[in-house]
Amino acid sequence: MPVITLTIDEELVSARAGQSILEACRDHEIKIPTLCHLDGLSARGGCRLCLVAVAGSPRLLPACTTAVQENMVVTTSNEKIERYRRMILELTFAERNHTCAVCVSNENCELQTLAAELGMDHVRYDYLNPDLPLDTSHERYGVDHNRCLLCLRCVRVCDEVEGAHTWDVKGRGIKSQVITDLNRPWGASESCTECGKCVEVCPTGALFTKGSAVAEMKKEASFLRRILDGREKRQWRR
Amino acid sequence: MSKTITIEPVTRIEGHAKISIMLDDSGRVVDSRFHVTEFRGFEKFCVGRSFWEMPGITARICGICPVSHLMASSKAGDMILGVRTPAPAVALRRLMNYAQLVQSHALSFFLLSGPDLILGMDADPLQRNMAGLIAANPDLARAGIRMRAFGQQLIRMLGDRSVHPSWAVPGGVRKSLGSDQRDQVLKQLPEMHATINIALDLMKDIHDSFSTEIDAYGEFPSLFMGLVGEDGGLEHYDGKLRVIDAEGKILEDGAAPEDYQRLIAEGEQKWSYLKFPYYRPLGPEQGMYRVGPLARLNVCDFAGTPKADRELRQFRHYGGQGKPVSGSFYYHHARLIEILHALERIEEILGDDILIDHHIRSQAGVNQNIGIGISEAPRGTLFHHYRVDDNGILEDVNLIIATGQNNLAMNRTVRQLAERFIRGDKLDQGLLNRVEHGIRVYDPCLSCSTHEAGRMPLQVQLFSARGELLDEVKRC
Ligand code: SF4
Ligand code: SF4
Ligand code: FES
Repeated sequence: MPVITLTIDEELVSARAGQSILEACRDHEIKIPTLCHLDGLSARGGCRLCLVAVAGSPRLLPACTTAVQENMVVTTSNEKIERYRRMILELTFAERNHTCAVCVSNENCELQTLAAELGMDHVRYDYLNPDLPLDTSHERYGVDHNRCLLCLRCVRVCDEVEGAHTWDVKGRGIKSQVITDLNRPWGASESCTECGKCVEVCPTGALFTKGSAVAEMKKEASFLRRILDGREKRQWRR
Repeated sequence: MSKTITIEPVTRIEGHAKISIMLDDSGRVVDSRFHVTEFRGFEKFCVGRSFWEMPGITARICGICPVSHLMASSKAGDMILGVRTPAPAVALRRLMNYAQLVQSHALSFFLLSGPDLILGMDADPLQRNMAGLIAANPDLARAGIRMRAFGQQLIRMLGDRSVHPSWAVPGGVRKSLGSDQRDQVLKQLPEMHATINIALDLMKDIHDSFSTEIDAYGEFPSLFMGLVGEDGGLEHYDGKLRVIDAEGKILEDGAAPEDYQRLIAEGEQKWSYLKFPYYRPLGPEQGMYRVGPLARLNVCDFAGTPKADRELRQFRHYGGQGKPVSGSFYYHHARLIEILHALERIEEILGDDILIDHHIRSQAGVNQNIGIGISEAPRGTLFHHYRVDDNGILEDVNLIIATGQNNLAMNRTVRQLAERFIRGDKLDQGLLNRVEHGIRVYDPCLSCSTHEAGRMPLQVQLFSARGELLDEVKRC
C-alpha cells in the first residue's frame, strides 16, 4: 500500500493511503475523542466528536470518515475544535434523559467520561425531555432509549459481526430511534441470537443486562478485536 | 377579630415549611396549619422505569435516609421476584439499616435538636445553632459528630458511598463486608456505647429543665403504628404491622405488608403537598396515628437486646400503667434508646458467621406483578408499593413516607404550642423557637415526604378571622 506524508499538529507523519485521519492519528498516538467509532466496525461519521481542521476546508471534518491525502495539513485540537466538541456533547445530553446518577452505566460510560475529559461541565441548551420508553421484553437484555445517542454501534455490530441484523433505525433527525426486528419488542425478535454483542459495544447505559443496578454495567468492547482477529487473521488469543 | 400567625421556614429540618396560626375574635387559637410547599414527583416519574432501578432512584428521594428507601425498595423488588432472598443478604441489609438508624438519630439528637435542648428554647437564635452548641459543649458536639460518622462509615463500607448507595437490589445485596472492615467497626463500638450513655444521662437533665413545658410539645392521645418482629419485639427491617390505641390496646396485629391499604388511607389538603394518612377503620379524625421512634417503642413488647430493654422499661414510666408514652417530646429519648439498640444489634450481626457466606443475591425475573416493601426508616414506617408489567416496567408507584404519617400529629403539636405560648396578637421569638422545636421533635425530613420539587426554609404568619395578615416572622 503506497505511503503518503501529511502534517498533523505541525508534525510530519506518514500514513498508508486509504487510511482515515483517525487511523493515522492513532498510529502516531495522537488522541482524538470518538463516540460512534469503534475499532472493528465500519466507520459511520455520525457523532461528529472527532472533528478536525483540514487546511483548505472551510468546515471541520470528521477524522473517522475522512481519508488521508498527500500533503494534507491537519489540526486535531484548537480552541474552536474544543468548543465544537463540547457543544456536541451538550446537545447529546440535551436531546435525551441521561440522568447519570441513577444509570446502570454510571462511572463506566463513554459519554460521561468524554464529558469529563473535554470539560463539559454544564448544558446550555434546554433539555428536550422526550418521553421515551424502556424495552425490557428480552429475556436477558434491556434497551433504554432515553440513554441512546444513536451512535449505531449496536446496528453495525449486530449486522457486521454477529450477522443477525436485528437492529435498525426508525424515524428521522431527533425523532430517530433504534429498533429491533422492524420495530417489534426485542423480546419478540426472531433474528436476535442473544449473543450480547450490542450490549457490550453500546457506549452508554442504553443497552444493558437486565437486573443491573445503578453503576453496575461494566462493558468491554475489546472482545470485538479478538473475534475479528480470529476471523480475519486466524489469530486466537484471550 | 380573629387572627392567623404563620411561621416559615423551620430551620434545621430537612425540607421546606410554613406555619399559619389562626386566631379568633377573642385572640384564641382556633386552628393552625403546618404547610409543606415543596413538591416532588417521584411517584409520577418512576412510572415507565423498571423496578430494578428503583432502589437507586428512590434512594435519591432523601439525602438523610437514602438507606431506608433502599431497604423498602429492594424488599418490594424481592416480592416481585418472588424468590427467597438469601439469609446473609438479609443480615447485611439489617446491618446497613441499623447503621442508618444510628447516623440519622445522631444527627437529629446531637446536631439538629441539640442546640434547642442544651442551650434552651429562650437562647439567642444566633447562639442556638450548631456553632453555639460546639462553643457550649464541644465534647458532646464532637461525640455526636463521631457517632454520625460511625454510622455513615458502616454504610459506606457496605455500599461504597454513604449517600445514595445503590447496594441493596431486588433479590439481595451487591457486596458483602470484609473481615478487616468488620473488625474496624467492632473496634469503634465501645466509644459509641460511651457516647450514648452520656446522651442518655443528659436526657434526664433535659427532661428536668423542660419539665414545665414538656407537655406542650404534642402531648395528646393518638394511635401508634410500627413494625414488630414475629415475637412482638422491636423491629426495623421486616416484621408485621401493629397498631395500638392511646390506651395501649392492640387494634391491629400481625398485618402483612399486603394489608397496608386496609390499614391506611391517605387524605389530602389543598394547603399542603404532604399527604395526611390516617388509620382507615377509624376515619380521619379518630384515626390519627404517630410513627417513628416513639411509636416503635410504644408498639413493641420488648426491645430484644439487654441494654435497650433496661432503658425501655424505664421509658415506659412516662406512659404509666400499660399505657403508651403520649408526649412527642419523648421522641428524643426514644431515639437514644434506638441508637443503643442498634449498636447492640450491629455487634450481634457482626459476630454472626452468616456474613461469611457468599450467597448474597438471588437471581430471578418477574414472578409477581405487585411488590410491597415496608421497613422502619429512622422517622417511621416507610411503604413502597409497585405494580409492574410482565417485563418489570412500573405501571403504578405509591410511596408512603414516615414524615407524612406524622403530619396530623405535627399539626396538632403546632396548635398545642400556639395555644400555650401565644401572647396577644404578636409573634415573639419564644413562640417561634418552640413551634420550630415542636416540629423538630418529629425529625421531619420534608423533602422526601412531599410528593413533588422546591426548596426549604420557615415563615410564621398570624391571620385574623377575616384572613388579614397581622404579623409575620421569617427566618432563613
Ligand atoms: S444480542 Fe446479538 S443478535 Fe441480539 S441484537 Fe444484540 S448483537 Fe444482535
Ligand atoms: S443503543 Fe447504544 S449502541 Fe445502539 S445506537 Fe443507542 S447508544 Fe449506540
Ligand atoms: S467518531 Fe467520528 S463522527 Fe463519531
